[in-house]
Amino acid sequence: MPNLILNSVASLSAMGLLFGAGLAYASQKFAVEVDPRVEAINEALPGANCGGCGFPGCGGLANAIVNGEAAINACPVGGASVAEKIGEIMGLSADAGEKKVAKVICKGTCNNAKEKSEYYGIKDCRAAAMVSGGSKSCQYGCLGMGTCVNVCQFGAITIKDGIAHIDKDKCVACGKCLEVCPKAVIAWAPYDQEVIIECNSKEFGKDVKTKCAVGCIGCQICVKACPFNAIEFENNLAKIDYSKCTQCMVCVEKCPTKAISGEINNRKKAVVEEESCVGCTICKKNCPVEAIEGELKEKHTVIEDKCIGCGVCIKKCPKKAIKFK
Amino acid sequence: MKEIFIILLSSILVNNFVMSRFLGICPFLGVSKKVETAVGMGMAVTFVMTLASIITYFVQKILVALGIDFMQTIAFILVIAALVQFVEMVIQKTSPTLYQALGVYLPLITTNCAVLGVAILNIQSNYNLIQTIFNGFGAAVGFTLSIVLFAGIRERLEIADIPELFKGFPIALITASLMAIAFLGFTGLVK
Repeated sequence: MPNLILNSVASLSAMGLLFGAGLAYASQKFAVEVDPRVEAINEALPGANCGGCGFPGCGGLANAIVNGEAAINACPVGGASVAEKIGEIMGLSADAGEKKVAKVICKGTCNNAKEKSEYYGIKDCRAAAMVSGGSKSCQYGCLGMGTCVNVCQFGAITIKDGIAHIDKDKCVACGKCLEVCPKAVIAWAPYDQEVIIECNSKEFGKDVKTKCAVGCIGCQICVKACPFNAIEFENNLAKIDYSKCTQCMVCVEKCPTKAISGEINNRKKAVVEEESCVGCTICKKNCPVEAIEGELKEKHTVIEDKCIGCGVCIKKCPKKAIKFK
Repeated sequence: MKEIFIILLSSILVNNFVMSRFLGICPFLGVSKKVETAVGMGMAVTFVMTLASIITYFVQKILVALGIDFMQTIAFILVIAALVQFVEMVIQKTSPTLYQALGVYLPLITTNCAVLGVAILNIQSNYNLIQTIFNGFGAAVGFTLSIVLFAGIRERLEIADIPELFKGFPIALITASLMAIAFLGFTGLVK
Protein backbone atom coordinates (compact mmCIF):
# COMPACT_ATOMS: atom_id res chain seq x y z
CA MET A 1 0.00 0.00 0.00
CA PRO A 2 2.70 2.56 0.87
CA ASN A 3 4.37 1.52 -2.36
CA LEU A 4 1.24 2.39 -4.30
CA ILE A 5 1.08 5.87 -2.85
CA LEU A 6 4.78 6.35 -3.37
CA ASN A 7 4.52 5.18 -6.97
CA SER A 8 1.59 7.50 -7.71
CA VAL A 9 3.21 10.54 -6.18
CA ALA A 10 6.59 9.81 -7.69
CA SER A 11 5.36 9.11 -11.21
CA LEU A 12 3.06 12.09 -11.33
CA SER A 13 5.71 14.38 -9.85
CA ALA A 14 8.19 13.08 -12.37
CA MET A 15 5.75 13.77 -15.19
CA GLY A 16 4.99 17.19 -13.81
CA LEU A 17 8.66 18.02 -13.48
CA LEU A 18 9.40 16.71 -16.93
CA PHE A 19 6.61 18.70 -18.58
CA GLY A 20 7.38 21.74 -16.45
CA ALA A 21 11.05 21.69 -17.38
CA GLY A 22 10.14 21.14 -21.02
CA LEU A 23 7.72 24.04 -21.01
CA ALA A 24 10.15 26.31 -19.18
CA TYR A 25 12.77 25.54 -21.79
CA ALA A 26 10.25 25.98 -24.60
CA SER A 27 9.03 29.32 -23.26
CA GLN A 28 12.61 30.62 -23.31
CA LYS A 29 13.32 29.16 -26.69
CA PHE A 30 10.09 30.26 -28.31
CA ALA A 31 9.64 33.61 -26.55
CA VAL A 32 7.74 36.09 -28.68
CA GLU A 33 7.31 39.75 -27.90
CA VAL A 34 3.72 40.82 -27.60
CA ASP A 35 2.29 44.30 -28.13
CA PRO A 36 1.68 45.61 -24.57
CA ARG A 37 -1.62 47.07 -25.69
CA VAL A 38 -2.96 43.59 -26.45
CA GLU A 39 -2.40 42.56 -22.84
CA ALA A 40 -3.82 45.80 -21.50
CA ILE A 41 -6.98 45.36 -23.56
CA ASN A 42 -7.18 41.73 -22.52
CA GLU A 43 -7.20 42.90 -18.90
CA ALA A 44 -9.96 45.39 -19.61
CA LEU A 45 -12.19 42.82 -21.34
CA PRO A 46 -14.57 40.73 -19.21
CA GLY A 47 -12.50 37.57 -19.82
CA ALA A 48 -15.51 35.33 -20.30
CA ASN A 49 -14.20 34.08 -23.67
CA CYS A 50 -17.82 33.83 -24.74
CA GLY A 51 -17.11 34.49 -28.41
CA GLY A 52 -20.06 36.90 -28.54
CA CYS A 53 -17.99 39.40 -30.48
CA GLY A 54 -17.43 36.90 -33.28
CA PHE A 55 -13.72 36.63 -32.47
CA PRO A 56 -12.13 33.61 -30.81
CA GLY A 57 -12.36 34.70 -27.18
CA CYS A 58 -11.21 37.87 -25.47
CA GLY A 59 -7.60 37.46 -26.60
CA GLY A 60 -8.69 37.27 -30.21
CA LEU A 61 -10.72 40.43 -29.85
CA ALA A 62 -7.85 42.25 -28.11
CA ASN A 63 -5.60 41.41 -31.05
CA ALA A 64 -8.23 42.49 -33.53
CA ILE A 65 -8.70 45.83 -31.77
CA VAL A 66 -4.97 46.55 -31.74
CA ASN A 67 -4.76 45.62 -35.43
CA GLY A 68 -7.65 47.90 -36.16
CA GLU A 69 -9.88 45.06 -37.34
CA ALA A 70 -12.48 45.61 -34.62
CA ALA A 71 -14.05 48.67 -33.07
CA ILE A 72 -13.20 49.54 -29.46
CA ASN A 73 -16.77 48.75 -28.48
CA ALA A 74 -16.89 45.37 -30.18
CA CYS A 75 -17.40 43.55 -26.86
CA PRO A 76 -21.17 43.15 -26.40
CA VAL A 77 -20.78 42.00 -22.80
CA GLY A 78 -18.64 44.84 -21.48
CA GLY A 79 -20.74 47.58 -23.03
CA ALA A 80 -19.89 51.24 -22.75
CA SER A 81 -17.66 51.08 -19.67
CA VAL A 82 -15.31 48.52 -21.19
CA ALA A 83 -15.32 50.38 -24.50
CA GLU A 84 -14.23 53.51 -22.65
CA LYS A 85 -11.31 51.71 -21.00
CA ILE A 86 -10.21 50.24 -24.31
CA GLY A 87 -10.56 53.66 -25.89
CA GLU A 88 -8.12 54.99 -23.31
CA ILE A 89 -5.65 52.21 -24.04
CA MET A 90 -5.88 52.74 -27.77
CA GLY A 91 -5.82 56.53 -27.35
CA LEU A 92 -8.85 56.85 -29.57
CA SER A 93 -10.83 59.26 -27.47
CA ALA A 94 -7.71 61.32 -26.78
CA ASP A 95 -6.99 62.59 -30.27
CA ALA A 96 -9.85 65.05 -30.56
CA GLY A 97 -8.43 66.61 -33.71
CA GLU A 98 -9.09 63.48 -35.71
CA LYS A 99 -12.37 62.67 -34.05
CA LYS A 100 -15.20 61.88 -36.38
CA VAL A 101 -18.82 61.27 -35.54
CA ALA A 102 -21.82 59.79 -37.27
CA LYS A 103 -24.36 62.27 -38.59
CA VAL A 104 -27.87 61.76 -39.91
CA ILE A 105 -27.94 63.65 -43.18
CA CYS A 106 -31.66 64.25 -43.38
CA LYS A 107 -33.80 67.09 -42.15
CA GLY A 108 -37.03 65.47 -43.33
CA THR A 109 -39.00 65.77 -40.10
CA CYS A 110 -42.75 65.17 -39.95
CA ASN A 111 -43.36 68.76 -41.00
CA ASN A 112 -40.77 69.00 -43.73
CA ALA A 113 -41.11 65.72 -45.58
CA LYS A 114 -44.32 64.33 -47.01
CA GLU A 115 -45.46 60.80 -46.30
CA LYS A 116 -46.68 58.72 -49.20
CA SER A 117 -48.40 56.03 -47.18
CA GLU A 118 -49.06 54.85 -43.67
CA TYR A 119 -46.97 52.01 -42.33
CA TYR A 120 -48.37 49.61 -39.75
CA GLY A 121 -45.77 46.84 -39.78
CA ILE A 122 -42.88 45.95 -37.51
CA LYS A 123 -41.34 49.07 -36.02
CA ASP A 124 -38.00 48.65 -37.72
CA CYS A 125 -36.54 50.71 -40.55
CA ARG A 126 -35.21 47.62 -42.31
CA ALA A 127 -38.66 46.03 -42.38
CA ALA A 128 -40.30 49.30 -43.38
CA ALA A 129 -37.79 49.86 -46.16
CA MET A 130 -38.78 46.52 -47.70
CA VAL A 131 -42.34 47.71 -48.22
CA SER A 132 -41.84 49.84 -51.32
CA GLY A 133 -39.00 51.76 -49.74
CA GLY A 134 -40.79 52.92 -46.62
CA SER A 135 -43.59 55.33 -45.87
CA LYS A 136 -41.70 58.51 -46.71
CA SER A 137 -42.28 59.90 -50.17
CA CYS A 138 -38.56 60.63 -50.38
CA GLN A 139 -36.88 57.27 -50.76
CA TYR A 140 -33.52 58.54 -49.51
CA GLY A 141 -34.67 60.02 -46.22
CA CYS A 142 -34.52 58.85 -42.62
CA LEU A 143 -37.48 56.61 -41.78
CA GLY A 144 -37.26 57.35 -38.07
CA MET A 145 -38.28 53.90 -36.80
CA GLY A 146 -35.25 53.83 -34.54
CA THR A 147 -33.32 50.84 -35.82
CA CYS A 148 -30.16 52.86 -35.28
CA VAL A 149 -31.32 53.81 -31.77
CA ASN A 150 -31.52 50.14 -30.83
CA VAL A 151 -28.15 49.29 -32.27
CA CYS A 152 -26.33 52.19 -30.58
CA GLN A 153 -24.81 50.91 -27.36
CA PHE A 154 -23.93 54.38 -26.18
CA GLY A 155 -27.38 55.93 -26.14
CA ALA A 156 -26.24 58.59 -28.58
CA ILE A 157 -29.23 58.43 -30.93
CA THR A 158 -32.73 59.76 -30.31
CA ILE A 159 -35.74 60.07 -32.56
CA LYS A 160 -37.22 63.54 -32.71
CA ASP A 161 -40.02 64.65 -35.03
CA GLY A 162 -39.73 61.46 -37.04
CA ILE A 163 -36.02 61.47 -37.77
CA ALA A 164 -32.96 60.29 -35.90
CA HIS A 165 -30.57 62.68 -34.21
CA ILE A 166 -27.09 61.73 -33.08
CA ASP A 167 -25.60 63.36 -30.01
CA LYS A 168 -22.07 63.99 -31.22
CA ASP A 169 -20.70 64.12 -27.69
CA LYS A 170 -21.93 60.60 -27.00
CA CYS A 171 -21.02 59.18 -30.41
CA VAL A 172 -17.87 57.04 -30.34
CA ALA A 173 -17.80 56.42 -34.08
CA CYS A 174 -18.31 52.68 -33.81
CA GLY A 175 -20.15 52.65 -37.12
CA LYS A 176 -22.92 50.30 -36.02
CA CYS A 177 -25.65 52.73 -37.09
CA LEU A 178 -24.08 53.21 -40.51
CA GLU A 179 -24.11 49.47 -41.02
CA VAL A 180 -27.68 48.94 -39.96
CA CYS A 181 -29.36 51.92 -41.67
CA PRO A 182 -31.21 50.59 -44.73
CA LYS A 183 -31.28 54.05 -46.29
CA ALA A 184 -27.57 54.79 -45.78
CA VAL A 185 -28.66 58.18 -44.51
CA ILE A 186 -26.00 58.26 -41.79
CA ALA A 187 -22.58 59.52 -42.79
CA TRP A 188 -19.27 60.36 -41.16
CA ALA A 189 -18.43 63.97 -40.41
CA PRO A 190 -15.61 65.54 -38.40
CA TYR A 191 -16.63 66.31 -34.81
CA ASP A 192 -15.99 70.05 -35.27
CA GLN A 193 -17.84 70.22 -38.57
CA GLU A 194 -21.00 72.27 -38.23
CA VAL A 195 -21.62 72.96 -41.90
CA ILE A 196 -23.09 69.76 -43.29
CA ILE A 197 -25.41 69.19 -46.21
CA GLU A 198 -28.27 67.47 -44.49
CA CYS A 199 -29.87 65.84 -47.47
CA ASN A 200 -29.32 62.44 -49.00
CA SER A 201 -31.67 62.67 -51.96
CA LYS A 202 -30.19 61.86 -55.34
CA GLU A 203 -33.36 62.77 -57.19
CA PHE A 204 -33.81 65.72 -59.52
CA GLY A 205 -34.57 69.07 -57.96
CA LYS A 206 -38.20 69.16 -59.02
CA ASP A 207 -38.95 65.78 -57.46
CA VAL A 208 -37.13 66.72 -54.27
CA LYS A 209 -39.13 69.92 -54.01
CA THR A 210 -42.47 68.15 -54.17
CA LYS A 211 -41.48 65.67 -51.49
CA CYS A 212 -39.53 67.66 -48.93
CA ALA A 213 -39.30 71.28 -47.91
CA VAL A 214 -35.67 71.12 -46.86
CA GLY A 215 -34.08 68.90 -49.49
CA CYS A 216 -31.15 69.65 -51.76
CA ILE A 217 -32.78 70.68 -55.01
CA GLY A 218 -29.57 70.69 -56.97
CA CYS A 219 -29.52 74.42 -57.72
CA GLN A 220 -25.75 74.46 -57.23
CA ILE A 221 -25.88 77.93 -55.69
CA CYS A 222 -23.67 76.67 -52.86
CA VAL A 223 -21.17 75.23 -55.33
CA LYS A 224 -20.79 78.62 -56.98
CA ALA A 225 -20.91 80.57 -53.72
CA CYS A 226 -18.26 78.61 -51.89
CA PRO A 227 -15.08 80.73 -51.83
CA PHE A 228 -12.91 77.66 -51.37
CA ASN A 229 -14.32 75.28 -54.01
CA ALA A 230 -15.09 72.90 -51.20
CA ILE A 231 -18.48 71.84 -52.55
CA GLU A 232 -18.82 69.32 -55.31
CA PHE A 233 -21.96 68.33 -57.12
CA GLU A 234 -22.74 64.80 -58.21
CA ASN A 235 -25.84 62.62 -58.44
CA ASN A 236 -28.03 65.70 -58.04
CA LEU A 237 -26.62 66.29 -54.59
CA ALA A 238 -24.13 68.81 -53.25
CA LYS A 239 -21.26 67.35 -51.28
CA ILE A 240 -18.83 69.18 -49.00
CA ASP A 241 -15.16 68.25 -49.03
CA TYR A 242 -14.50 68.60 -45.30
CA SER A 243 -10.77 68.97 -45.82
CA LYS A 244 -11.34 72.14 -47.85
CA CYS A 245 -14.30 73.54 -45.90
CA THR A 246 -13.46 76.42 -43.57
CA GLN A 247 -16.98 76.60 -42.16
CA CYS A 248 -17.44 80.14 -43.45
CA MET A 249 -21.16 79.40 -43.77
CA VAL A 250 -21.58 81.27 -47.06
CA CYS A 251 -23.37 78.20 -48.38
CA VAL A 252 -25.61 78.09 -45.32
CA GLU A 253 -26.69 81.65 -46.07
CA LYS A 254 -27.23 81.06 -49.77
CA CYS A 255 -29.02 77.71 -49.70
CA PRO A 256 -32.60 78.44 -50.74
CA THR A 257 -34.07 75.40 -48.98
CA LYS A 258 -31.92 75.60 -45.83
CA ALA A 259 -30.68 72.09 -46.45
CA ILE A 260 -27.23 72.95 -45.13
CA SER A 261 -26.82 72.95 -41.38
CA GLY A 262 -24.88 75.61 -39.51
CA GLU A 263 -25.76 78.40 -37.10
CA ILE A 264 -24.90 81.75 -38.67
CA ASN A 265 -25.13 83.48 -35.31
CA ASN A 266 -22.25 81.34 -34.09
CA ARG A 267 -20.03 82.50 -36.91
CA LYS A 268 -16.58 83.54 -35.80
CA LYS A 269 -15.17 86.94 -36.69
CA ALA A 270 -11.55 87.75 -37.35
CA VAL A 271 -9.92 90.67 -35.53
CA VAL A 272 -6.57 92.31 -36.29
CA GLU A 273 -4.41 93.03 -33.26
CA GLU A 274 -3.09 96.46 -34.14
CA GLU A 275 0.17 96.27 -32.20
CA SER A 276 1.34 93.23 -34.18
CA CYS A 277 0.12 94.30 -37.64
CA VAL A 278 2.87 95.56 -39.97
CA GLY A 279 0.57 96.43 -42.86
CA CYS A 280 1.85 93.86 -45.34
CA THR A 281 -1.59 93.56 -47.06
CA ILE A 282 -1.24 89.78 -47.34
CA CYS A 283 -4.48 89.28 -45.44
CA LYS A 284 -6.26 91.81 -47.60
CA LYS A 285 -5.16 90.05 -50.78
CA ASN A 286 -6.20 86.66 -49.53
CA CYS A 287 -9.57 87.53 -48.04
CA PRO A 288 -12.20 85.87 -50.24
CA VAL A 289 -14.90 88.41 -49.37
CA GLU A 290 -12.89 91.66 -49.27
CA ALA A 291 -13.62 92.12 -45.61
CA ILE A 292 -10.21 93.60 -44.74
CA GLU A 293 -9.28 97.19 -45.42
CA GLY A 294 -6.09 99.18 -44.93
CA GLU A 295 -3.26 100.57 -47.01
CA LEU A 296 0.29 99.26 -47.34
CA LYS A 297 2.36 99.83 -44.17
CA GLU A 298 -0.74 100.92 -42.26
CA LYS A 299 -2.73 99.00 -39.67
CA HIS A 300 -5.44 96.84 -41.19
CA THR A 301 -8.94 96.33 -39.89
CA VAL A 302 -11.59 93.69 -40.45
CA ILE A 303 -15.03 94.86 -41.52
CA GLU A 304 -17.11 92.79 -39.16
CA ASP A 305 -20.27 92.72 -41.27
CA LYS A 306 -18.41 91.35 -44.26
CA CYS A 307 -16.22 88.84 -42.44
CA ILE A 308 -17.40 85.25 -42.84
CA GLY A 309 -15.01 83.75 -40.31
CA CYS A 310 -13.26 81.48 -42.79
CA GLY A 311 -9.90 81.90 -41.06
CA VAL A 312 -7.87 82.28 -44.29
CA CYS A 313 -6.32 85.57 -43.08
CA ILE A 314 -5.34 83.95 -39.79
CA LYS A 315 -3.45 81.24 -41.63
CA LYS A 316 -1.80 83.67 -44.05
CA CYS A 317 -0.73 86.43 -41.63
CA PRO A 318 3.06 86.22 -41.24
CA LYS A 319 2.96 88.06 -37.89
CA LYS A 320 0.13 86.04 -36.36
CA ALA A 321 -1.64 89.31 -35.76
CA ILE A 322 -5.15 88.07 -36.57
CA LYS A 323 -7.26 86.09 -34.17
CA PHE A 324 -10.86 84.87 -33.91
CA LYS A 325 -13.00 86.48 -31.35
CA MET B 1 -6.92 -1.96 -43.13
CA LYS B 2 -10.63 -2.66 -43.00
CA GLU B 3 -10.51 -2.27 -39.25
CA ILE B 4 -8.91 1.16 -39.50
CA PHE B 5 -11.53 2.27 -42.00
CA ILE B 6 -14.24 1.15 -39.60
CA ILE B 7 -12.59 3.03 -36.73
CA LEU B 8 -12.45 6.19 -38.84
CA LEU B 9 -16.05 5.89 -39.99
CA SER B 10 -17.18 5.17 -36.48
CA SER B 11 -15.37 8.09 -34.87
CA ILE B 12 -16.25 10.62 -37.57
CA LEU B 13 -19.92 9.82 -38.15
CA VAL B 14 -21.49 7.14 -36.01
CA ASN B 15 -19.94 8.00 -32.66
CA ASN B 16 -19.36 11.65 -33.49
CA PHE B 17 -17.91 13.24 -30.38
CA VAL B 18 -20.20 16.25 -30.37
CA MET B 19 -23.36 14.83 -31.85
CA SER B 20 -23.41 11.36 -30.38
CA ARG B 21 -21.20 11.40 -27.28
CA PHE B 22 -21.92 15.04 -26.36
CA LEU B 23 -18.31 15.85 -25.59
CA GLY B 24 -16.65 19.17 -26.42
CA ILE B 25 -19.91 21.13 -26.32
CA CYS B 26 -18.21 24.26 -24.93
CA PRO B 27 -16.18 25.18 -28.01
CA PHE B 28 -18.95 23.73 -30.19
CA LEU B 29 -21.31 26.44 -28.96
CA GLY B 30 -18.70 29.07 -28.12
CA VAL B 31 -16.76 29.45 -31.35
CA SER B 32 -19.30 28.47 -33.96
CA LYS B 33 -20.45 31.95 -34.90
CA LYS B 34 -18.36 32.08 -38.06
CA VAL B 35 -17.35 29.24 -40.36
CA GLU B 36 -13.86 30.69 -40.56
CA THR B 37 -13.26 30.50 -36.81
CA ALA B 38 -14.92 27.09 -36.64
CA VAL B 39 -12.46 25.74 -39.19
CA GLY B 40 -9.57 27.16 -37.15
CA MET B 41 -10.86 25.53 -34.00
CA GLY B 42 -11.32 22.24 -35.81
CA MET B 43 -7.77 22.30 -37.13
CA ALA B 44 -6.29 23.04 -33.71
CA VAL B 45 -8.35 20.27 -32.10
CA THR B 46 -7.31 17.82 -34.79
CA PHE B 47 -3.68 18.57 -34.12
CA VAL B 48 -3.89 18.28 -30.33
CA MET B 49 -6.22 15.28 -30.27
CA THR B 50 -4.02 13.22 -32.54
CA LEU B 51 -0.88 14.07 -30.58
CA ALA B 52 -2.58 13.58 -27.21
CA SER B 53 -3.83 10.15 -28.32
CA ILE B 54 -0.29 9.05 -29.10
CA ILE B 55 1.31 10.40 -25.91
CA THR B 56 -1.42 9.14 -23.57
CA TYR B 57 -1.05 5.72 -25.15
CA PHE B 58 2.50 5.54 -23.80
CA VAL B 59 1.63 7.22 -20.51
CA GLN B 60 -0.99 4.54 -19.95
CA LYS B 61 1.65 1.85 -20.54
CA ILE B 62 3.81 3.41 -17.81
CA LEU B 63 0.88 3.72 -15.42
CA VAL B 64 -0.08 0.09 -15.94
CA ALA B 65 3.51 -1.03 -15.48
CA LEU B 66 3.62 0.76 -12.14
CA GLY B 67 0.20 -0.62 -11.22
CA ILE B 68 -1.34 2.81 -10.73
CA ASP B 69 -3.75 3.02 -13.65
CA PHE B 70 -6.32 4.71 -11.38
CA MET B 71 -4.21 7.84 -11.87
CA GLN B 72 -5.27 7.81 -15.52
CA THR B 73 -7.48 10.90 -15.54
CA ILE B 74 -5.14 13.21 -13.69
CA ALA B 75 -2.12 12.03 -15.65
CA PHE B 76 -3.91 12.50 -18.98
CA ILE B 77 -5.05 16.01 -18.04
CA LEU B 78 -1.44 16.80 -17.21
CA VAL B 79 -0.33 15.51 -20.60
CA ILE B 80 -3.00 17.44 -22.49
CA ALA B 81 -2.38 20.70 -20.64
CA ALA B 82 1.37 20.51 -21.14
CA LEU B 83 0.91 19.50 -24.76
CA VAL B 84 -1.41 22.39 -25.51
CA GLN B 85 0.94 24.87 -23.86
CA PHE B 86 3.86 23.51 -25.79
CA VAL B 87 2.03 23.48 -29.11
CA GLU B 88 0.94 27.05 -28.50
CA MET B 89 4.50 28.22 -27.92
CA VAL B 90 5.87 26.41 -30.93
CA ILE B 91 3.19 27.72 -33.26
CA GLN B 92 3.55 31.24 -31.93
CA LYS B 93 7.23 31.18 -32.71
CA THR B 94 7.34 29.24 -35.93
CA SER B 95 4.20 30.48 -37.66
CA PRO B 96 2.76 33.74 -36.33
CA THR B 97 0.13 33.71 -39.08
CA LEU B 98 -1.21 30.33 -38.02
CA TYR B 99 -1.06 31.45 -34.39
CA GLN B 100 -3.10 34.52 -35.28
CA ALA B 101 -5.62 32.42 -37.12
CA LEU B 102 -6.04 30.02 -34.21
CA GLY B 103 -5.97 32.68 -31.51
CA VAL B 104 -7.37 31.55 -28.19
CA TYR B 105 -8.51 28.21 -29.66
CA LEU B 106 -5.26 26.68 -28.63
CA PRO B 107 -5.44 27.32 -24.85
CA LEU B 108 -9.17 26.57 -25.00
CA ILE B 109 -8.43 23.04 -26.13
CA THR B 110 -6.99 22.27 -22.69
CA THR B 111 -10.47 22.40 -21.27
CA ASN B 112 -12.01 20.52 -24.18
CA CYS B 113 -13.36 17.32 -22.66
CA ALA B 114 -13.39 15.69 -26.09
CA VAL B 115 -9.58 15.48 -25.97
CA LEU B 116 -9.60 13.71 -22.61
CA GLY B 117 -12.55 11.67 -23.81
CA VAL B 118 -10.77 10.30 -26.85
CA ALA B 119 -7.68 9.45 -24.78
CA ILE B 120 -9.71 7.47 -22.26
CA LEU B 121 -11.88 5.79 -24.89
CA ASN B 122 -8.74 4.64 -26.71
CA ILE B 123 -7.64 2.86 -23.55
CA GLN B 124 -11.07 1.41 -22.82
CA SER B 125 -11.33 0.01 -26.35
CA ASN B 126 -7.91 -1.67 -26.00
CA TYR B 127 -6.67 -0.11 -29.25
CA ASN B 128 -3.10 -0.61 -30.40
CA LEU B 129 -0.95 2.37 -31.37
CA ILE B 130 -2.10 2.55 -35.01
CA GLN B 131 -5.74 2.22 -34.06
CA THR B 132 -5.26 4.85 -31.35
CA ILE B 133 -3.83 7.35 -33.81
CA PHE B 134 -6.66 6.84 -36.28
CA ASN B 135 -9.33 6.94 -33.61
CA GLY B 136 -7.91 10.22 -32.26
CA PHE B 137 -7.65 11.69 -35.72
CA GLY B 138 -11.11 10.49 -36.72
CA ALA B 139 -12.70 11.88 -33.58
CA ALA B 140 -11.09 15.26 -34.27
CA VAL B 141 -12.28 15.24 -37.87
CA GLY B 142 -15.76 14.40 -36.61
CA PHE B 143 -15.56 17.34 -34.21
CA THR B 144 -14.41 19.62 -37.03
CA LEU B 145 -17.17 18.38 -39.29
CA SER B 146 -19.92 19.07 -36.80
CA ILE B 147 -18.63 22.48 -35.65
CA VAL B 148 -18.18 23.68 -39.24
CA LEU B 149 -21.65 22.47 -40.25
CA PHE B 150 -23.11 24.10 -37.14
CA ALA B 151 -21.30 27.38 -37.83
CA GLY B 152 -22.65 27.37 -41.37
CA ILE B 153 -26.20 26.99 -40.09
CA ARG B 154 -25.67 29.69 -37.43
CA GLU B 155 -24.42 32.13 -40.05
CA ARG B 156 -27.68 31.66 -41.92
CA LEU B 157 -29.69 31.91 -38.69
CA GLU B 158 -28.20 35.37 -38.14
CA ILE B 159 -30.19 36.73 -41.04
CA ALA B 160 -33.24 34.51 -40.66
CA ASP B 161 -36.56 35.74 -39.30
CA ILE B 162 -36.61 34.15 -35.85
CA PRO B 163 -39.19 34.85 -33.13
CA GLU B 164 -37.79 37.22 -30.50
CA LEU B 165 -37.89 34.51 -27.81
CA PHE B 166 -35.64 32.14 -29.73
CA LYS B 167 -33.03 34.61 -30.93
CA GLY B 168 -29.42 33.84 -30.13
CA PHE B 169 -28.59 30.84 -28.00
CA PRO B 170 -32.04 29.20 -27.78
CA ILE B 171 -32.24 28.70 -31.52
CA ALA B 172 -28.59 27.59 -31.57
CA LEU B 173 -29.33 24.90 -28.98
CA ILE B 174 -32.42 23.76 -30.87
CA THR B 175 -30.33 23.60 -34.04
CA ALA B 176 -27.69 21.55 -32.22
CA SER B 177 -30.33 19.10 -31.02
CA LEU B 178 -31.75 18.74 -34.53
CA MET B 179 -28.25 18.09 -35.83
CA ALA B 180 -27.76 15.45 -33.14
CA ILE B 181 -30.98 13.76 -34.25
CA ALA B 182 -29.75 13.85 -37.83
CA PHE B 183 -26.46 12.23 -36.81
CA LEU B 184 -28.49 9.53 -35.06
CA GLY B 185 -29.29 8.37 -38.57
CA PHE B 186 -25.77 6.94 -38.86
CA THR B 187 -26.41 4.50 -36.02
CA GLY B 188 -26.14 0.92 -37.21
CA LEU B 189 -23.69 1.82 -39.96
CA VAL B 190 -20.95 0.33 -37.77
CA LYS B 191 -21.56 -2.18 -35.06
